[in-house]
Amino acid sequence: MTEITSRRGLLFGAAAVSAGALLTGCTSNEPSDSKDEPAGNDQPAADDKPGKPVTIGFAGPQADHGWLNAINDNAKKRAEKYSDVTLEITEGSNDTAQQIGQIETLINKKVDVLVVLPADGKALTQVGLKAMRAGIPVVNLDRIFNTPQAYRCWIGGDNYGMGLNAGHYIGEKLKGKSDARVIELAGLDNLELTKQRTQGFDDALKNYPNIKKVARQAAEFTVESGQAKMAQLLQAQSKFDALWNHDDDQGVGALRAIEQAGRDDFLMVGGAGALSAFQAIKQDDGVLKATVLYPPTMAASAIDLARALGQGKGIGGLAEFEIPSSITLYSAVVDKTNVDQYMPTGFR
Amino acid sequence: MTQPVSPPRDSITDKVPQDRPTAWRGLLARTDVRTLSLLGVLAVLVLIGGITKPDEFLDTRNLQLVLTQASVIGVVTVGMTFVIVSGGIDLSVGAIVALASVWATTVATQEYGFAGILFTAVVVGVGCGLVNGVLIAYGAMVPFIATLAMLASARGLALQITDGKTQIVTVPSVLDLGERDAYILGVPPLVLVFAVVTVIGWLVLNRTTFGRRTVAVGGNPEAARLAGIDVRRQRLYLYLLSGLCCGIAAFLLIVLSGSGQNTNGNLYELDAIAAAIIGGTLLTGGRGTITGSVLGVLIFTTITNIFALNNLQSDVQQIAKGAIIVAAVLVQRRTASTT
Repeated sequence: MTEITSRRGLLFGAAAVSAGALLTGCTSNEPSDSKDEPAGNDQPAADDKPGKPVTIGFAGPQADHGWLNAINDNAKKRAEKYSDVTLEITEGSNDTAQQIGQIETLINKKVDVLVVLPADGKALTQVGLKAMRAGIPVVNLDRIFNTPQAYRCWIGGDNYGMGLNAGHYIGEKLKGKSDARVIELAGLDNLELTKQRTQGFDDALKNYPNIKKVARQAAEFTVESGQAKMAQLLQAQSKFDALWNHDDDQGVGALRAIEQAGRDDFLMVGGAGALSAFQAIKQDDGVLKATVLYPPTMAASAIDLARALGQGKGIGGLAEFEIPSSITLYSAVVDKTNVDQYMPTGFR
Repeated sequence: MTQPVSPPRDSITDKVPQDRPTAWRGLLARTDVRTLSLLGVLAVLVLIGGITKPDEFLDTRNLQLVLTQASVIGVVTVGMTFVIVSGGIDLSVGAIVALASVWATTVATQEYGFAGILFTAVVVGVGCGLVNGVLIAYGAMVPFIATLAMLASARGLALQITDGKTQIVTVPSVLDLGERDAYILGVPPLVLVFAVVTVIGWLVLNRTTFGRRTVAVGGNPEAARLAGIDVRRQRLYLYLLSGLCCGIAAFLLIVLSGSGQNTNGNLYELDAIAAAIIGGTLLTGGRGTITGSVLGVLIFTTITNIFALNNLQSDVQQIAKGAIIVAAVLVQRRTASTT
């Protein structure tokens, strides 16, 4: 170690320290004119009037990508809107054992209602059952438990519907075009939801005999993989008319590859509903013309449902006294005509 | 598996240039059977690609594409090769690439433009390498453990910085570097960087004292110490070097994808190790070539490319990839032991 205190070492050390000082100033991610407002729409909830106080426990996975981050934001923002709601939110975790522990802590704290987005639906079924047996109703968000006994209400997105609506949108756009060629950039193939999205897409395309799906490659929901797989697809298919990309996050990479290849001879439809995708659709100067929603606002709705459960009410607009036991959200197609309406729900 | 099956003259240690033959004969002698068999594998792949998809595969654009896709992981692999040759391992390369790429693409960093992004990516890479190196060389930690810890914390820090969000690059000069207009005589700048890193890596490993020390430390650390090599300092430098390569790779990835994301560099450690091993680098240290590692990377990228062009799905791709790794290593061992 003694040699390190040579003059060279000192110089290097000083350089390292100053570089470090400069760098730490660079971790900030707040734009100078920050307007951080991704969450929820402002539609009035079932019953905006303050009622019986409700404590809602919320347990989700680690927010390691934009959509999950938006889920947390939506839940928090929605809970803040109600003076009668206290939100107990856990540190998100992708580790099943850890998430079980967190939910058990919430059960022991005797929260009134639980909202759970499991890291793995099947693996967390038992703890859902435990909560229900302890008399705490569970709102199961998106990734579904093994048995309906483990939740009072399930609310989530429609992966099959995403594919279906994307397929129909493309089908209508390519109507009358003979021998139309379509390609698909799928998400992570290990996940069941990817299969469901592809199934929906294929089923929709069956309605349009003039369209043929000529290629499909699976990326990994990351920008990096989106760029890599899209670049290969573009090389493989010198001519095609439409592309459906399962996920807007990997779509950032896909759009980059399209730009790098200098291609603009087709229409692209995205998936999920990221802010960057909405902005591109609004500007309408590239291939991205629409995206199919998998709305993160479902977390806000889950808070509404949990509050209604805690207060023993139904939801407005429905005749029943109780909230439904299952709600599948619609995967709306967002294009230039309606993008303004959805802009506030876009996630980063 | 870990036994050197080749005759000892293959190893770099024997190539200490005492009475070096003429340059050309030296090159031939150095192109050992391993490298030749790798070239053979690559030739077979090119043949398969050319037969199955002649128009799409045998195309300048496709060559540019394959080389571009290879450059990010290629630069990482060059650094990894040095570490493995010295008997170490760096499991944190993917995480360092992720951390460097997100740190370099924060809104605050982007305000400093091209230079700010490049500087941050490289310094973060080197910084992580420094931590690895100090822990391993002076903290006497096992490389596997130290870099595993770095893997976890760098990924965590990357997640903390991004908050799970995708950071889109808006600096035009950085984005332009990844466009076709930036190609120099048809060569993408990313590929150029990869080539330069490869050549420098080759020169350093084969033509410098630093390179010979690296091989010596990997071959027998105790003998190296007795021969007067400061083994600890050598190790520190090697992890610094790997970190530097990760920083450069992170910058290339930023240019390529136009963004920074905490999921970047996923499983790069495995890809880089696999490429190095296919390239004939001994996992136990003491032997390895930059040429082999780079060929290993090219083989992997070409396989991925051929699969994608033929529209094979991920399940088939993964199965075939595993089989090809085994086949390539077996072929190499055969050719190496029969000559």
